[in-house]
Amino acid sequence: MNNISIGRTKGFLLSILILILTHPVSAFAADQAMLGGGDKPWWFWPLILFVFCFILGILAVMAGVGGGVLYVPLVSGFFPFHIDFVRGVGLMVALAGALAAGPGLLRRNLANLRLALPVALIASTFSILGAMLGLYLSALNPDIIQTCLGATIIGIAALLIFSKNSEKPVVTKQDAIGMALGLGGVYWDEGARENVEWKTHRTLLGLFMFILIGLIAGMFGLGAGWANVPVLNLLMGAPLKVSVATSKFLLSITDTSAAWIYMNRGCVIPLIGVPSIVGLMLGSLVGVKVLAIAKPKMIRYFVIVVLLFAGLKAMDKGLGLGLLG
Amino acid sequence: MSEATRNAASRPSKEQVIYANILVMGVWSGIAILFITYFIYLSGIMPTYVEITEIPKLWGLGVNEYLEHTHSPHGWGWVALLGNGDFLNYIGFALLALMTVVCYLVLLKGYFAKKDWIYAAIAVLEIVVLSVAASGLLGSGGH
Repeated sequence: MNNISIGRTKGFLLSILILILTHPVSAFAADQAMLGGGDKPWWFWPLILFVFCFILGILAVMAGVGGGVLYVPLVSGFFPFHIDFVRGVGLMVALAGALAAGPGLLRRNLANLRLALPVALIASTFSILGAMLGLYLSALNPDIIQTCLGATIIGIAALLIFSKNSEKPVVTKQDAIGMALGLGGVYWDEGARENVEWKTHRTLLGLFMFILIGLIAGMFGLGAGWANVPVLNLLMGAPLKVSVATSKFLLSITDTSAAWIYMNRGCVIPLIGVPSIVGLMLGSLVGVKVLAIAKPKMIRYFVIVVLLFAGLKAMDKGLGLGLLG
Repeated sequence: MSEATRNAASRPSKEQVIYANILVMGVWSGIAILFITYFIYLSGIMPTYVEITEIPKLWGLGVNEYLEHTHSPHGWGWVALLGNGDFLNYIGFALLALMTVVCYLVLLKGYFAKKDWIYAAIAVLEIVVLSVAASGLLGSGGH
């Protein structure tokens, strides 16, 4: 029975992967991107990008990942834009999504300001350095960034596969830094109909990890929800709901600093930026509705497979192998 | 902790609610502005600094080459070019990217009032970091 179920899952994932890669939008985009897309009217790519981002917005919500992490590898792989512009717009996309989600999470007291503020300070400072380093490296040779992006995306896919979050981690003793910063709180768990008290531990190590997260987010223009949640939840011991909400809120701060660096450098072109932001936000709104009737777990596996493919394609492009077209 | 205390603790703080209210107004205004300015840009109501038909020929270049070819400014140079439809879009982008600094100012006031010096210091530092990033002093050169 299990074998049948695994076989069906594999078949489903394979068919979905084939579907998206042979879908008229992505297949045509990839073909045209390879040809440089120069023979198309100016509105062609923004229109394709809008449709692409709309679909991406739906998938991102259903898979529980941020738009930025999907946007950068896929758009840099399938569209004719230079990676400098993809990263700049990717940060604006992640920022807009995080800002839109912020108010609801704050009002429900799920995003915790006391937890967010210290880690945001570290992540946003280092995301500036990451952005500057990323721009420096891509000016030297964009293939360096493309290859490193590919490796990072494959790592993120692996993290999504193997990381097992903990709903309510047990924290027996809070450390001194966590206590001094007052990293703890109470939130109302709607499912369990109870107030849940929580506190953190291993705060110093957690804060150190946000140096790395900030650097990666800034360097590749990725939102960093994929890294924030495991660090807040598994390492520091914050409950999953608080970690997810605080992570989303955190992106609005981390991505702001890196987005300014890219924007001031001229990496945000309106013709690419606006259809991406509006498409992804509209897609996210539809995704929330679809989430009620779909099976998010299946979509999550599908997105992981797409991420793996996008990571391999970015590495292939960066290394100039040409194995994946 | 008593039930009443726990219920009070599970409610968002006053600053948190103000932060959320400012954010919701700012972000949707930003998106609306982006939508309107993009329409103005595409409709050709206003002149454009870089010909829209030229952009697809240049977006495959690195940012330094793109700026060189289009003679576009970096940093806050776009403010002087707001009479052009393409640079008009930057009002929406800038509003989105400025929201966090505005919200932090609200938080700062609350932390000072509560004499929560650690968090007041963190908020001040964050405002400094975001302001330096926004100023264009870092990483806006190089071409």
